[in-house]
Amino acid sequence: MKKILSTPISNEDLKDIKIGDVIYLNGYIVTCRDVAHRRLIEYGRELPVDLNGGAIFHAGPIVKKVEGEEDKFEMISVGPTTSMRMEKFEKEFIEKTGVKIIVGKGGMGPNTEEGCRDHKAIHCVFPAGCAVSAATTVEEIEEAHWTDLGMPETLWVCRVKEFGPLIVSIDAEGNNIFEQNKVVFNERKEKALEDLYTKVRFIK
Amino acid sequence: MERREALDRLTNLVASFTGLVGKRLPDDVTAKLKELSEEESMPMAKMIYEAMEKNQNQAFELDRPSCQDTGLIQMFVRVGSKFPYIDELSNLLTEAVQKATKEAPLRHNSVETFDEYNTGTNTGTKSPWLYWDIIPESDKLELDVYMAGGGCSLPGQGKTLMPGEGYEGVVKFVLDVMTSYGLNACPPLLVGVGIGTSIDSAAYMAKRALMRPVGSHNENPLAAQLETDMTNAIDSIGLGPQGLRGSKSVMGVNIENSARHPSVISVAVNVGCWSHRRGTIVFNSDLSYEMITHKGVEL
Repeated sequence: MKKILSTPISNEDLKDIKIGDVIYLNGYIVTCRDVAHRRLIEYGRELPVDLNGGAIFHAGPIVKKVEGEEDKFEMISVGPTTSMRMEKFEKEFIEKTGVKIIVGKGGMGPNTEEGCRDHKAIHCVFPAGCAVSAATTVEEIEEAHWTDLGMPETLWVCRVKEFGPLIVSIDAEGNNIFEQNKVVFNERKEKALEDLYTKVRFIK
Repeated sequence: MERREALDRLTNLVASFTGLVGKRLPDDVTAKLKELSEEESMPMAKMIYEAMEKNQNQAFELDRPSCQDTGLIQMFVRVGSKFPYIDELSNLLTEAVQKATKEAPLRHNSVETFDEYNTGTNTGTKSPWLYWDIIPESDKLELDVYMAGGGCSLPGQGKTLMPGEGYEGVVKFVLDVMTSYGLNACPPLLVGVGIGTSIDSAAYMAKRALMRPVGSHNENPLAAQLETDMTNAIDSIGLGPQGLRGSKSVMGVNIENSARHPSVISVAVNVGCWSHRRGTIVFNSDLSYEMITHKGVEL
C-alpha cells in the first residue's frame, strides 16, 4: 500500500519512517534551492513563504505562463537538483523554517543529518530526470515568490497530489542511506582498483 | 530556394532538433537503459528504472522536456568547407537555441558570469558553447547537440599526473570521481574519459567521448580493452540508478586519447547522466537531413 503523507507534517508522521522507505506527498511543496538558501541563512532575509511543517523541493523547474491569465503558471517539467549544493545551509534552514520534508537528489551530509535528527525532518530522493512525471503530480502552482531570481530559482508554491516516489535518504533519526552505501562502495572500489592496476601497466 | 529562405529553414530545423533532443533520448541510450533495467534484480533499483521509463513515455506523450534541466547547450560542429551556409552558421546556431528555448520550452539556464543575471534565452557570452571542426572537400554539416545539465557537469574534473603515477593513477582518478561526485550525477552514467598531454586537451576529449554512442569503442585495441575493463570495474561497485545501489553502475566508459609529452599524463572525466540528451544530425547542402541518433522520428 502506498504510504502517503500530507502537509502540514508533524513529528509523529515521521516517527516510523526509515531510510530506504518509499513515500508520497499530498499538499504543498515549494521549490527552493541555492539562492533562496543563501538569502535566508547568509543574508538574513525572511522567506516569503511559511514552511513550518512543510516541504521543499531542491528543484529548478520549467514553467509556462498561462496565456491570457494574470500571474498564472503551468508546471511543465520539474525534477530534483543536486541536494549536496545546499548542504552548507540546510541545518540552519531546518532550524529556522521548521521544514519537515526536503526533496532532492543524491545524498546530503553530516550537517543535514544533524538538522534532521535535532528538529525531526527527513530528506528524500525523487528519481532524478523524471521531471515530467513529477510535473504531472502538480495540480496547480498557487504562488510564485522571488521571481527576480529567474525561472530556476523562483520559489514556486505547488499543490501536489501523490507526489513521488520519494525514497527516504535521511530519516528523522539522522540515519543516512548514502553514507551507509558509500562505505560499501569504497570497499568495492579498492578491490576493483587492485584488479585494474594489473591491467594498465602500459608504461614500460 | 532563396538564401534567406534556406537560412530560415536551417534555423528552424536546428531549433526543432534541439527541442527533440530534450524530449527524447537517443536510440543507443534508450536501448542501454532497457538492457540495464532488464538485468537489474534489486527491487529499489528496478522501481527507479520503471520510474525512468514511465517518465520518458510521459515526456513523449505530453511533448515536454523529459528532465527540467535542459542544460547549457553545447554543440560539436563538423562543417564541410563547401557547406553553403558556413559563414552564417555561428549566428544561426545561436538563433536556433533561442527559438528552441521558446518553443520546446527549455529552462532558462544561461547565467552571465560576473554580472550574474539570467539572460532568459539560453544564449549569452560564448553560449551556446560551440566546438568547430572544418571538414575539407565536404558540403555537409554534421551537428552534435548536447544538453549538459548541472548535475552531470558537476563531477567534471581533470588532473595532470606525473608519469610515475602511470595509468594506475589515471584509473584511480576516474574511480574516485565515480564514488564521490558520480553518485549525485544521476547514474547510470555514461563516463567520458580523456587521456593525453595537457589538462585542456584531456578535458575536451572527455566531453568528445560523450558524443560517441554507448557501446562504441576506441579504435586503439588497448584503449578499447580499458573501456571494457573500467566499465566492469565501476559496475562491480554496484552504484545502481540514482546511486542507491544496484547490480550495475554505468552505461559505459568511452575513452578518447591523444599522444602525450613523456613528462606528463593528463586525465579528465566528464559524465553524461542516464538522461543523456545528445543528438546527431547531418545536413546535406540542399538541407535534406538525416538524424543519426533519433531514427523514425520526424522534426
